[in-house]
Amino acid sequence: MTEFELWSTVVIFGPLLASVVALSARPALLRAGLVLGSLSTLVGSAGLWRAVALYGPGRHPLGGWGQPLGIELWIDGFGVAMLAVTALVGALTSLYANSYFGDLSELSVRDSPAGRGARFFAPLWLLLWTALNGIYLSADLFNLYVTLEILGLSAAAIVTLAVSRQATVAGMRYLLVSLIGSLLYLLGVALLYVQYGTLSLEGLAAIGPSGPIPAIALAAMTVGMAAKTALFPFHAWLPPAHAGAPAPGSAILSALVVKGSFFILVRLWFSVYGGGSPEGLILLGVLGSGAILWGSILALRQVSLKRLIAYSTVAQLGYLFVMFPLLIPEPRLWNADAWTGGLLLAISHALAKAAMFLAAGNMSYAVAEDRLTSISGVAHRLPMSFFAFGVGGLSLAGLPPSAGFVGKWLLLRSAFETAHWTWIAVIAVGGLLTIAYVLKVLRYALDRDEAPEDFRPVPRRMEWAAALLALAAMALGVRALELVELLLVGGPFPW
Amino acid sequence: MNPVDLYMLAGIVITLIALYAALTRAHLFWKVLAINLMGTGVFLILLAAPSRRTPEIADPLPQAMVLTGIVVAVAATALALGIALRVIARSGLPFLPDGDEEDQGSGGSAGEASR
Amino acid sequence: MVSPIWAWDGLPLAVVLSSFVPGVLIMFLREEQTLLRNTLNMTGALAKVAFVGLMLQGVAAGASYEWAFEILPGLELSLAGDALALLFVTLSAVLWLVTTVYAIGYMEASRSRTRFFAFFSLCVTATTGIAMAGDLFTFVIFYEALTWATYPLVVHNGTPEAIRAGRTYLAYTLGAGAILVVGAVGFEVTAGTVAFAAGGVVDPMAVEAEPIRYFLLFLCLLIGMGVKSAIFPIHGWLPTAMVAPAPVSALLHAVAVVKAGAFGIIRLIHSLFGIEVSWEMGLTTLVAVLASFTIVYASVRALAQTDIKRILAFSTVSQLSYIALGVALLDPLAQVGGLVHLVHQGIMKITLFFCAGIIAQTLGVKTVGAMGGVARRMPLTMAAFTVGALGMIGLPPVAGFISKWYLGLGALGAGAPWVILVLLASSLLNAAYFLPILRTAYFDEPSESWSDPWPHHRLEADWRMVFPAVITAALSLAVGVFAASDWSPLGWALLIVERGAL
Repeated sequence: MTEFELWSTVVIFGPLLASVVALSARPALLRAGLVLGSLSTLVGSAGLWRAVALYGPGRHPLGGWGQPLGIELWIDGFGVAMLAVTALVGALTSLYANSYFGDLSELSVRDSPAGRGARFFAPLWLLLWTALNGIYLSADLFNLYVTLEILGLSAAAIVTLAVSRQATVAGMRYLLVSLIGSLLYLLGVALLYVQYGTLSLEGLAAIGPSGPIPAIALAAMTVGMAAKTALFPFHAWLPPAHAGAPAPGSAILSALVVKGSFFILVRLWFSVYGGGSPEGLILLGVLGSGAILWGSILALRQVSLKRLIAYSTVAQLGYLFVMFPLLIPEPRLWNADAWTGGLLLAISHALAKAAMFLAAGNMSYAVAEDRLTSISGVAHRLPMSFFAFGVGGLSLAGLPPSAGFVGKWLLLRSAFETAHWTWIAVIAVGGLLTIAYVLKVLRYALDRDEAPEDFRPVPRRMEWAAALLALAAMALGVRALELVELLLVGGPFPW
Repeated sequence: MNPVDLYMLAGIVITLIALYAALTRAHLFWKVLAINLMGTGVFLILLAAPSRRTPEIADPLPQAMVLTGIVVAVAATALALGIALRVIARSGLPFLPDGDEEDQGSGGSAGEASR
Repeated sequence: MVSPIWAWDGLPLAVVLSSFVPGVLIMFLREEQTLLRNTLNMTGALAKVAFVGLMLQGVAAGASYEWAFEILPGLELSLAGDALALLFVTLSAVLWLVTTVYAIGYMEASRSRTRFFAFFSLCVTATTGIAMAGDLFTFVIFYEALTWATYPLVVHNGTPEAIRAGRTYLAYTLGAGAILVVGAVGFEVTAGTVAFAAGGVVDPMAVEAEPIRYFLLFLCLLIGMGVKSAIFPIHGWLPTAMVAPAPVSALLHAVAVVKAGAFGIIRLIHSLFGIEVSWEMGLTTLVAVLASFTIVYASVRALAQTDIKRILAFSTVSQLSYIALGVALLDPLAQVGGLVHLVHQGIMKITLFFCAGIIAQTLGVKTVGAMGGVARRMPLTMAAFTVGALGMIGLPPVAGFISKWYLGLGALGAGAPWVILVLLASSLLNAAYFLPILRTAYFDEPSESWSDPWPHHRLEADWRMVFPAVITAALSLAVGVFAASDWSPLGWALLIVERGAL
């Protein structure tokens, strides 16, 4: 068994097994499941990182059955980087969730609707984690579809764990978008199979799809994935869903789940289609710019804390699409700075946004409300959460020292190298808008008014989880060398 | 037009009609049904695919895919119906409210895909 | 052979960390842990001065320091201790020490001191980082970090006025910061390097090939640097930011933040483009004209103010442009004048801000009109203020005279005699707004409305505030009187120019 085979098995079947353990819903087993899931993915992704750094991209035909009939896993730098950041965010969010739901899980399901959340969050989240890891290691289109559906179903279920009517409606809407998006993707898969008779990403990349049917297939898949990634103008479902979920759920949805469909888009456009069409790339970039501006403006207008953060996700996802037109300046050439810069932004967003949602969760946990006006003064009571939110915001805004800063530096560099002047302005202005809405929250939290009387103490572990995520985003701004080197293993064209 | 092309065409037409229904029908059960139908349309295309390319060789892959797809569709439908029942229980109506009541800005302008 | 301790290459890092570590530790202290907080502060400040002292010895003996840490492939966090960097680092380290003492006294009754001192230390960290940045990338990191680290200090009072000022401050500095980052990345791509080097890193041939591109990059970088250095027309944030507590105004808005901008202009002209290339492109003329205009304009604006801190703020705007003006003139003596003014202005202006803070904190006096009799009530403070004010006007033997003398000589050498007129006009205007303050303080009758009418301490105010002011006033005198010494700021500036380290 090679290192690739060992660790990719651990990374996928660890959380899957853990979710089965957690299904039993006994508090001890819930905790055991979260620990098992976290440990297996952390260790597994570290092992894969090492293997990829040593030997370059690798593969794992499951059970010895390779393509076309068996399922094969493909392990390259991009996938492992996403795997690793998911493991870090996931482990800390699990730690957080354990305390967040801790005092609820003792109640019986019937007694407390929140108790239901406590029971089912862990198994759903571990299943979701399995699906994400599966996406990052998939080597064929259909495997991507199956993992994508598991991801979408478990994510929608997590939203509806919250008891409010709004959350249920948001979850329903999210599920419908997600199902339609997946089926549009499957339509594209079917069309590609009609044309080429293969599902293997590698095989398709070797053929180099072109012509009308593959183009329609790409368009269908892109619309489907863009809807699931909440790319402007398909973003309207995201804020209610992400803001409606329980705090650890919001962190997972905003930081990790949208990255799954983003990952598939990158794989399709670059790894499989070799860049697609320049016009298509520019269109995606324009939509991304629209997301940056529109999402930021809407974020500024929110009166609820989690809403604001959710709209910020819409805006920040826009940056990831600005990478698209910058990556391929000329056919068959790719710009390494755009690649590493764009993905560093994706990774820094995962860390920072998780930190911010968890910190916001702490604040509203403490005051039992989510309105911006009601958190006034919490900074004095929850300095660590405040710190986590601030540092997370710093990274989103691209201020040093943070992963967001180095990511933006690289992305700007690629824009200069490819003489794309418009994107330079978009990237710069987006950062300023980010500062504006982050500051809005900080100002409320810092308000001079004394902290509210009925202040619920927040478990230390919840504070630490948020702060550690923020610190990770900062640390990556001081040392991104290894991660950048990892991202370059295979690059956008691993085959 | 040979039967295989007919299958393909039917599949595409069913998918598109179902997509249209899923986007425009307001009733949640209609939406869930339309999504199911959309899946069926895609399965039809998948089943027709191998015979269109290489009529003489049997290809087991589409069968496997469609079987998996059906399992996924069953799970998705179950979850969707479950959540839809909760929506009805909470709001008394089998519809998704227009726009998002708590929202300050979007006003339901975008995101047609969700309706 | 055992190498002396000052040969250790990690010294620049030690200088940066000596304020970073206390800053981070303080952040996690509770509000009432005053003793521990003050101990951490003072330890850090003393350690920084000690490390800087070692580096000064080393550089004087001909050593130079380089410490780098790879952040991205090809991009490093690089700290370098050369003669130019040390000029600024020494200033920050010494003034941080005295300001820390002052701030401990000034902030005694204030709330949120933990946050205040934590960010105060982070600001100094960023400033020393800017001073020792070995390349543009590192410079930008610390420069932008300085922006966000200062914000909590500007809005510290939490009043609506302070929050408005904070918003103005951020709008200016972050807006310009975004332009700076764009300019820096553009420079990296265009010139192929981000390194700072004496004499510039830009290839004159490349400039000839793409003059417009280089001009735009220079402009982006100049806007980025110019906003902190408060060059007209992007100076508006500085007077507004005066709502901050006095130690913040003193250290940050007289020394750290604004000097970071001025120092950035030095780096831009001398270490990136090179003075010859800048001169040939006409960029130095642009800077010199903007700076000259700012000098006169801000002095005129200062005349119209009644609030003492606002007068000092406009005076700062005016005096800062001396530095930009000096280094933009193609003459070694003018450059010496600009460099030495970086230090001289810092010492004199911090004295003035210290005194204004003491008077405001102890007596509640904030405007010129209310200054009557203050000199009798607070003789030491007013003596210090007088030294600072006379120095700003440029009277010998206070430090300001030395700067103006060299600037004047250099202007003649560079064939720009009109600069003499600017200097003259500025000196007259300085006198016109400083002398009335002195006259009121010394000769008018005391006001009835003092919040602390007569000293119940042995001293006129808290000793932790008076001593720093007296010390910096004495320093302003000493660097003027002993300007001929090798170890004076002037001596060091001459050393920089003679070694060609600019």
